[in-house]
Amino acid sequence: MMIDSGLADISRALADGSISSVELTQDYLKRIAAENTDLNAYITVCDELALAQAKAADEKRSNGNAGVFTGIPIAHKDLFCTNGVRTSCGSRMLDNFIAPYDAFIVERFNEAGAVTLGKTNMDEFAMGSSNETSFYGPVKNPWDRTRVPGGSSGGSAAAVAGRLCAGATATDTGGSIRQPASFTGITGLKPTYGRVSRWGMVAFASSLDQAGTMTQTAEDAAMMLNVMAGTDVKDSTCSNAPVEDYTANLDKPLDGLRIGIPVEHFSDGLDSEVEKAIRAAIAEFEKLGAVVKEVNLDNSHLSVSAYYVIAPAEASANLSRYDGVRYGYRCDNPVDLEDMYKRTRSEGFGAEVKRRIMVGTYALSAGYYDAYYIKAQKIRRLIKNDFQKAFEEVDVIMGPTSPHTAFPIGSKNDDPVTMYLEDIYTIAVNLAGLPGLSIPAGLVNNLPVGLQIVGKDFAESQLLNVAHKFQQVTDWHTRQPG
Amino acid sequence: MSIELADVENIAHLARLHLSDAEKQEAANSMTDILGLIDQMQSVNTDNVEPLAHAFDAVQRLRKDEVTESNHRDELQKIAPETDQGLFLVPKVIE
Amino acid sequence: MEWETVIGLEVHVQLSTASKLFSGTSTAFGAEPNTQANIYDLAMPGTLPVLNQEALRMAVKFGLAIDAEIGKKSVFDRKNYFYPDLPKGYQTSQLDFPTVGKGELVIDMEDGSHKTIGVTRAHMEEDAGKSLHEDFHGKTGIDLNRAGTPLLEIVSEPDIRSAKEAVAYLKKLHSMILYLGISDGDMSQGSMRCDANVSVRPKGTTELGTRTEIKNINSFRFVEKAINIEVERQIDIIEDGGRIIQETRLYDSERNETRSMRSKEVANDYRYFPEPDLLPVVIDDAFIESVRETLPELPDIKRARFQEQYGLSEYDAMVLAADLATANYFEEVVAGCDDAKLSANWVMGDLQAVLNKNETPISQSPVAAKDLAGLISRIKDNTISSKIAKTVFEAMLAGEGDADAIIESKGLKQVTDTGAIEAMVDEVIANNPDQVQQYKDGKEQVIGFFVGQVMKASQGKANPGQVNQMLKEKLSS
Repeated sequence: MMIDSGLADISRALADGSISSVELTQDYLKRIAAENTDLNAYITVCDELALAQAKAADEKRSNGNAGVFTGIPIAHKDLFCTNGVRTSCGSRMLDNFIAPYDAFIVERFNEAGAVTLGKTNMDEFAMGSSNETSFYGPVKNPWDRTRVPGGSSGGSAAAVAGRLCAGATATDTGGSIRQPASFTGITGLKPTYGRVSRWGMVAFASSLDQAGTMTQTAEDAAMMLNVMAGTDVKDSTCSNAPVEDYTANLDKPLDGLRIGIPVEHFSDGLDSEVEKAIRAAIAEFEKLGAVVKEVNLDNSHLSVSAYYVIAPAEASANLSRYDGVRYGYRCDNPVDLEDMYKRTRSEGFGAEVKRRIMVGTYALSAGYYDAYYIKAQKIRRLIKNDFQKAFEEVDVIMGPTSPHTAFPIGSKNDDPVTMYLEDIYTIAVNLAGLPGLSIPAGLVNNLPVGLQIVGKDFAESQLLNVAHKFQQVTDWHTRQPG
Repeated sequence: MSIELADVENIAHLARLHLSDAEKQEAANSMTDILGLIDQMQSVNTDNVEPLAHAFDAVQRLRKDEVTESNHRDELQKIAPETDQGLFLVPKVIE
Repeated sequence: MEWETVIGLEVHVQLSTASKLFSGTSTAFGAEPNTQANIYDLAMPGTLPVLNQEALRMAVKFGLAIDAEIGKKSVFDRKNYFYPDLPKGYQTSQLDFPTVGKGELVIDMEDGSHKTIGVTRAHMEEDAGKSLHEDFHGKTGIDLNRAGTPLLEIVSEPDIRSAKEAVAYLKKLHSMILYLGISDGDMSQGSMRCDANVSVRPKGTTELGTRTEIKNINSFRFVEKAINIEVERQIDIIEDGGRIIQETRLYDSERNETRSMRSKEVANDYRYFPEPDLLPVVIDDAFIESVRETLPELPDIKRARFQEQYGLSEYDAMVLAADLATANYFEEVVAGCDDAKLSANWVMGDLQAVLNKNETPISQSPVAAKDLAGLISRIKDNTISSKIAKTVFEAMLAGEGDADAIIESKGLKQVTDTGAIEAMVDEVIANNPDQVQQYKDGKEQVIGFFVGQVMKASQGKANPGQVNQMLKEKLSS
């Protein structure tokens, strides 16, 4: 079925008239109606909006004004504001929040003629690694519905993997695109920090959050990045770096590519079968002409610690605006202001969000700021220095995205720290602001394994080229659940 | 570093969160664990290291001082929990 | 026991930019509630700040005017606390790296002396919204029009030693910000707000006493009263053997007392950290010079120039230079009549009296500068006497025209014709032989009687100088 195809194929099919956007959209909506109750990938399905957009796209095409993305149905993570459509961030706090404006990337996709199928499920306020903290219930991994799809962008991952959309937007703060991509056998890209505007992307940890893509292939990711990347004066942290055509260099040969393998990412804790799959994948690159060498990321082991100070600290302030005053949830019959604040926030937020707000508040509180927050910022610099040093000798760094494959729903809920360690290979990349990609690289017990590829600042073109060449000689990215 | 119930109460108040007694104990336990994770940072000497606040060395962009926004009160207050005569209402605040 | 008062002032000045500090929403005063509050000002999810260039320029301008260090790299920080008029649950402010560093302000005391007061720093921050507690039946209404307006917080060193010095500091600061055109500095409307940190210590000691922070002072007069009453309160407590509690107190102008603010008792841990949504603000020498070029002649320089250029006394120069609009008015008058002394007297005297009485600012003066110059010119050229000029001035205030028109229509021209005056003088001398004799007997002050008689005969129009001269000549012969 056409709706099993990726963005590139769909774009071609629309262009040559073999299918219309309306037909495509109807097919997706039908499948969503059949599958979503179980998978729970979507929080909001935009039937009417999608069909209206599809119709407009087909009209544009018949007038000869269609572009590459015109009429392609995608989904947006429910962290992106969509004008007139509920934007819940997976939280009771925003269950009733109809966004009054579009996020920058949503505007971009709308301008490009994309069709919005709906808003995907996620860990509450992007805090989680399994999509189990959502107010709307957990998302299931299409590969094994007793297992998690990863998080926080579990809904976008499951939607793409389950072929409930052609591609999806998502966000990554500590691994929230790469880890779910790894668990669901798809391609997840987190661009360089500042490559994509954060305007309209609900903030979790401002200095780490970045919008990215979930697609079947690297080529599809390049297509989406072309729409999303660019300067935005409304986001002070958005970069002025020149935007390229990310599809232009996909086929560049990899001869002489220098790949670094961090010693620290291949030690205890990494599942031996996953390690085998990763090493086999890396061997494919050598066949393509790359050279591989070991590198050191000495402060790797401190990345999770530093992250769990910085991210909760920023989040604790970013979430203070949820107070029941101007929008969102408000508790019933507050007796006074304090009661309104406390009950609104306690009832509106789930347990993990409250936990992180507490940790963040503590880390910033009087007497602890230097020992925690400043210390973490110093570790952050050491981590960035590690990457800079490594990139003096290699062009890209590769390793496993996750220490293991998707785990069963409910199996890691006892101890938050165990869950935090899920992101042990991905977090350092956010701390350093670098671009990172996860591509399907194998299967272990019929569960996907992801290969993480990390590049230098603004090297998305190279990352996508490296991934694309791999996808030309392997077929992991074509495997589907069931 | 262990977190006591008194610490939990103080932090919960600063963050305007209400916790039941059971939740307070749970918070104390999980925070103690998380702090155990965070304390691993102390194992490395960072005396001569500059904190990194932003991933890249860039400076703040400036915006021209002009009015670009217009009144959208009615639309924006449609989603407000409680309003009256254009004001957002909250329980009475005693100064 | 002799006590010394130690005062530091924190003044918040609302910068007069067109748009807010971090959003393009209007800052115009007096709009309907929440009609000037966009999605950023309402702290909607996903919104982000972008810095207003003019606010930065105004802050730097202030820094240059007080000879302060300018922070070439300044950083915004989040100050975290919960209050309904603070939409984000944090205020974006500047803590460790403010835009303006150490500077100083020279204040002018009533006795003519000057004192230098240190300014510790000045930084930019967002204003909060307004809470309205009346009219809502047990609820509070929140208006966010003001939320996000740029403020410049100016912190003085604790160099101020009396309530009067505090008032002098505020007046000088007020004068300065109006000169710079960065704020309308209206304390009654809240575009300039003052909090006072007050402590006392035994005279001669150097250790600082426990201070209290006094808030809710909205006029220069109340600043003086609030500080004095708080100093009295503190001294009373200490002399009774008690200790001062470090706290925030509200000044109640009706009862003339300070009251502890219950809601601020609990120590607020603001958990400051650098604002991750903003990058460091970096300015270079070229930027600073471009701001420096926009500096007007500052009050103290203008005062010195007025003394030099117009020969005014220091006091007169200070009064005229204190307010930029008055200084400009004065200079326009001088340009029109070429008499600085008369111009100074008329502006500071007769005109100011009328403006004070009607609480009119000089920018709305019923008599324009060129017209006042016209009046003074007629005094100078002897068309009218100073006394008649006051009559003409009254008529000008009433809108009866300019000086020439009024002199003409009321026939107030001074009589200067020697012949005419001589005739009147002769008549008065002839009619008052007793007084003539008194004069010849040595009672010189009787000449005033003669002058009065001549003035009466001429209906006030005779030139008093000439009358005096002529009487002296004739009576002495």
